[in-house]
Amino acid sequence: MATQHYTSTAKALHWLMAILIFGLLALGFYMHDLPLSPDKLKLYSWHKWAGVSAFLLLGFRLLWRFTHRPPALPESMPKLMQFAAHAGHLALYALMLAIPLSGWLMSSAKGFQTVWFGVLPIPDLLEKNKEVGDLLQTVHMSLNLLFVAVLVGHIGAALKHHFIDKDDILIRMAPRHSKEK
Amino acid sequence: MKRLACALAFATLLPAAHAVEYTQVQPDKSAINFVYKQMGVTVDGKFRKFSSQLKFDPAKPTAAKASFDVELASVDTGAAEGDEEVAGKAWFNTKAFPTAQFVSTSVKALGGNKVEVAGRLTIKGKTQDVVVPVTFTAQGNTAVFDGAFTIRRADFTIGEGAWAKFDIVANDVQIKFRITASTK
Repeated sequence: MATQHYTSTAKALHWLMAILIFGLLALGFYMHDLPLSPDKLKLYSWHKWAGVSAFLLLGFRLLWRFTHRPPALPESMPKLMQFAAHAGHLALYALMLAIPLSGWLMSSAKGFQTVWFGVLPIPDLLEKNKEVGDLLQTVHMSLNLLFVAVLVGHIGAALKHHFIDKDDILIRMAPRHSKEK
Repeated sequence: MKRLACALAFATLLPAAHAVEYTQVQPDKSAINFVYKQMGVTVDGKFRKFSSQLKFDPAKPTAAKASFDVELASVDTGAAEGDEEVAGKAWFNTKAFPTAQFVSTSVKALGGNKVEVAGRLTIKGKTQDVVVPVTFTAQGNTAVFDGAFTIRRADFTIGEGAWAKFDIVANDVQIKFRITASTK
């Protein structure tokens, strides 16, 4: 029998990461244009710490995802839409993986090691190199712009399911919704 | 002229007795770096341009002399905006104080290939006495000098205003150098 609901762990991970990702995106877009100041350096550190946290949460989330089958999409959904939904989710996961990785590599190449909460040093995978650092900055930025586009699609689709298709796609991810049988 | 000829003759006659003296600093094989902590994270940088005068005879280390002029605007912090900021008024204020200067005052032999160089370091119009332990490796007509010492940026008012606190950029800055010099 196909599962009808997400586990509460899956929901918690979804919403925790949603909050973290919105914070990270907002902070990232805000901080990179600031003139250099102690506060800017502080914000960069916080962004990096939050990014490492999101990356670790993603690891746990993937593990959970592979061991807990999510509920199937409604059968009323056209095959093409189902395919688009799966492709969209795959893109979200790929970006959630690639973005922190690109940020971490960029920090290494720019010579500013990431030390999680100022305590746990994350090893530098790349040598300090200005050109590589600048390239990775562009990669990090582009991936995030792509991420914003995919997120707009994700949220738009969830709202469409709720308000137009009137199915339970959005509701079944809601924290209080539990139809545990 | 006669004296010079005499000295030349003396030098050619007694090459073994004539001590080697390293005086020609090779900028392409020398480096001045700095290491500091930013929110507890070790970050390093370097100065691209500096000039130096050196006189060092391994047989008579206490007679050695060294002076350095570091072009502060040649700082490389690893980020363009960092370079610009550090050259500015709150940090080095390179417009008013373009160079940092070190002049040795005395050299102590510590035995083996180690010496301790005492000198005066002037940055941004402020002078401090510093003691620099140096290890040298002299081989043929090339000698390499490695050393490191720590300064406190506040002693030179490097990083004023918003940067004056040490919560983001630490007070201690380690200066590390490797100087390669050859004989004439």
